Amino acid sequence: MSGSEQASGNDLGRRLRERDLTVAPAVLNLLESTTQADREQALALLSEVSPARLGHEPRGRVVGVTGPPGAGKSTLLSALLRTWRDADRSVAMLAVDPSSRASGGSLLGDRARIEFDPSDRRVFIRSTAAGERLGGLAFGTRAAGQALAAAFDVVVIETVGVGQAETEIADAADVVVVVVQPGSGDVLQFLKSGIMEIPDVLVVTKADLGQVAVSARRDLNAALRSLGRRDTPVLSVSSVPPPSGIEQLAQAIDERLAAIDLPARRTAARRSAALSDFVGEYGMRALRGLGGRRTAERLLAEQDPALGEAELEQALLSAAGDPGRGVRGA
Amino acid sequence: MMRTYAGHSTAKASNELYRRNLEKGQTGLSVAFDLPTQTGYDPDDELSRGEVGKVGVPIAHRGDMEALLEGIPLGEMNTSMTINATAAWLLALYIVAAESQSPPASQDQLQGTTQNDIIKEFLARGTYAFPPGPSMRLIADMVAYTVLHIPKWNPINICSYHLQEAGATPAQEIAYSMSNAIAVLDAVKERLGESAEQDTMSKVFGRISFFVNAGVRFVEEHAKLRAMSIIWEEIGRQRYGVTDEKLLRFRYGVQVNSLGLTEAQPENNVQRIVLEALAVTLGRNARARAIQLPAWNEALGLPRPFDQQWSLRIQQVLAYETDILDYPDIFEGSKVMDGLVEDLLGKARAEMAVVAEHGGAVDAVPYMKGALVESHRERIRRIEAGEQIVVGQNRFTETESSPLTADAEGGILVVDPAVEAQQIEAVRQWRSSRDQAAVDAALGELARVAADESAERENLMVPTIAAARAGATTGEWSATLRKVFDSYRAPTGVGEAAAAVSGPELEELREQVASLQERLGRRPKILVGKPGLDGHSNGAEQIAVRARDIGMDVVYSGIRLTPSQIAKSAVDEGVHVIGLSILSGSHRELIPAVIQALRQAGVDAPVVVGGIIPDQDVPALKQAGVAAVYTPKDFDISKIMREIVELVGERAGVPA
Repeated sequence: MSGSEQASGNDLGRRLRERDLTVAPAVLNLLESTTQADREQALALLSEVSPARLGHEPRGRVVGVTGPPGAGKSTLLSALLRTWRDADRSVAMLAVDPSSRASGGSLLGDRARIEFDPSDRRVFIRSTAAGERLGGLAFGTRAAGQALAAAFDVVVIETVGVGQAETEIADAADVVVVVVQPGSGDVLQFLKSGIMEIPDVLVVTKADLGQVAVSARRDLNAALRSLGRRDTPVLSVSSVPPPSGIEQLAQAIDERLAAIDLPARRTAARRSAALSDFVGEYGMRALRGLGGRRTAERLLAEQDPALGEAELEQALLSAAGDPGRGVRGA
Repeated sequence: MMRTYAGHSTAKASNELYRRNLEKGQTGLSVAFDLPTQTGYDPDDELSRGEVGKVGVPIAHRGDMEALLEGIPLGEMNTSMTINATAAWLLALYIVAAESQSPPASQDQLQGTTQNDIIKEFLARGTYAFPPGPSMRLIADMVAYTVLHIPKWNPINICSYHLQEAGATPAQEIAYSMSNAIAVLDAVKERLGESAEQDTMSKVFGRISFFVNAGVRFVEEHAKLRAMSIIWEEIGRQRYGVTDEKLLRFRYGVQVNSLGLTEAQPENNVQRIVLEALAVTLGRNARARAIQLPAWNEALGLPRPFDQQWSLRIQQVLAYETDILDYPDIFEGSKVMDGLVEDLLGKARAEMAVVAEHGGAVDAVPYMKGALVESHRERIRRIEAGEQIVVGQNRFTETESSPLTADAEGGILVVDPAVEAQQIEAVRQWRSSRDQAAVDAALGELARVAADESAERENLMVPTIAAARAGATTGEWSATLRKVFDSYRAPTGVGEAAAAVSGPELEELREQVASLQERLGRRPKILVGKPGLDGHSNGAEQIAVRARDIGMDVVYSGIRLTPSQIAKSAVDEGVHVIGLSILSGSHRELIPAVIQALRQAGVDAPVVVGGIIPDQDVPALKQAGVAAVYTPKDFDISKIMREIVELVGERAGVPA
């Protein structure tokens, strides 16, 4: 099952456009691969599902779910999965686990914790390890989210952590849900101190714990008010039977998705991701060669909004690679 | 009391076995149930495939229980049942079978034990059925019921046995089992309510017995039992206000260690078993009430009647030929023994405090599980490194060929595969011949009581006994409760295990994995899982942790997986290799079924299998498409890993 023996990138991309869900495993095998040949095929795949090629943004919605270990993400996702499937929406879940710093290996445990019917062909669950990457996502996760959004109704990207890690998930997802366990003050502190960007939806789990869950929710609401973000919903859920709050959460996610300017958000995310990939790949020296971050951002802002990340990165590269031309004007 | 743990195939065949053993001088019954019965599935359930009648007897309804006990007067018998998640149900069936005997035996006459310890199922044995909260409620209800109605019954046997099998050190064994007992007693106390008299709570305390383990380091193991009896008395006095000396006594039964039994030179297991039996008999102050000895060939497969007779005879020689029963406590005043006990007491109390900090045994399950996986890994590391000597396995391995394993089946019992088909047919027959309306009503009542969460809720034993009488099946009783309580997956502990200490061998393997990753383009990814109902996950967990430590990505899906679940995971996850672990003897049916599901799903990744696999089964597994088979004699996990890494490279067309 190595990536290299799979169908061509174009073929996979075409089948995603036709909403063929069975190609999801092969798409991931390809997008996770680092061999030169696979990278080229991956670019071909991505350009097949780029907004420019589709003529519109991919229809699926990408939902980021993040929170500290033990906050109850898996149980929550099992319940959300059931709700989405009851509404006949196809769901892909990309669960990102941290890697062992010593060996680089990882134990991908989420799959065991998320309950689903193995015969359901409209559910796809893939676990990946973040590897040496910082920022919470694995190699290829963001690209996979974009690609699968062309075929699935809902794509979930789940990461572990709270704090700085959300910046990457914010670039990869249309809406970010942060899961908080009652009694742990981390999220509250990070919010107040501005370390953490304000998520689209906050969820307090384990509502069955009673008072402690109620006060966690109250504290978060107070913090949001003081930050002038009283419109950010804070929900309380319990996955212990009888489960509560799951329907409301699914609804809050949908409302949030309806409220945002999706194409603008995705365009901004693609540009931001292209820039950080460019810096990751070629370093700060290349960025200075472009005339600095501001100039690079301006350059990206001038590009066609439907361009995919690969094309945007290419634009940065050609601008940087030919100093004679300087920074291109419009 | 002397027993052998027995039961297999069908109720009728097991009944014959029990009667034979009773004639040979056995003084009680110890019933082994098959995995579907233990986990609450009927023989015709998808998950029961390959498991029916394998590790014990299938009991699907009162008819099976009646056949199992036919001709054995239950008013006089002392019966130990190894049953946990479904203990309330099996006790109900036992009650119903007793009242239908001639002459009938009433509840107050019944004597015996139900194991009924759910926390160790989450930690080590894996045959749980419901989430922790409802499971504790079932236990508390059962304890409260038996204290009132079946006063001679031991409703629960707190097991430290399985903790040692899962790798627990002596201090962990003491601490976790005692914390477990506290969780149970607290739940019963709550169940009985504030109004309960001290007398009732003292009686409950007095009915709690333990099921412990004894390893081959038998001096330290004896000290462990002395330490347990000291802590137990302390708990009784301080936490539950018990003052009656008799009720404060630490009562335990024992099955000596199976973990240390080897597949290599299995005849050596006989002397291991004898020495382990000494640990629980030598000093009178901490002597076992009931002993069960494993058979010498347990690491090979299911023991035959001959093997069980051998184990019984060991006990009889100890009891009737030696002089160990002739003296008062022979360790009284021993400085060495007292020192060992003090040391264990200190360590165990410290560990109990950690569990208490986690909120008690129920909430500390993930913590304890992680700690056990960690201890077990350390044990395996010492054996691999030769720091811990296992005769015949990592030292003195040269051997003559053994006449003991020379017969056609390799010296073990093989259950006829036709049994499963017969049981499926029988349970369907049963369902069609009973009063369905009565069953529906009884199950409806069970669901109603289960859903009631008020303080005045009724005892679940009452509707359970009514459902048993009406003719409901094991699967129906469990499914009714699963619907109300929800199903559950226990923590695997592998995530909590800390990273391995580096060594040259590990470094070499990591380099091999890194090189393979370059060639594959992705980090090598392995799926580790256990098909079927067998919950013994030590082996699978150790493989998962080691694979992570050498740099692989590991999808560990845990226990109780159907072939279609494994296939779905393998496809979605894009794994390069699949490792299946199976110890229940159902590999002949399950492994080919999994491979078929994988191939149908388009997965061509190689499959390796580990577990208790007799040599004569290996060719058939290879025929079915298994790339490699590992058994308990393959104790060197690094070697297994090296072979898996090579296998992945070759199959993916990128050999080193």
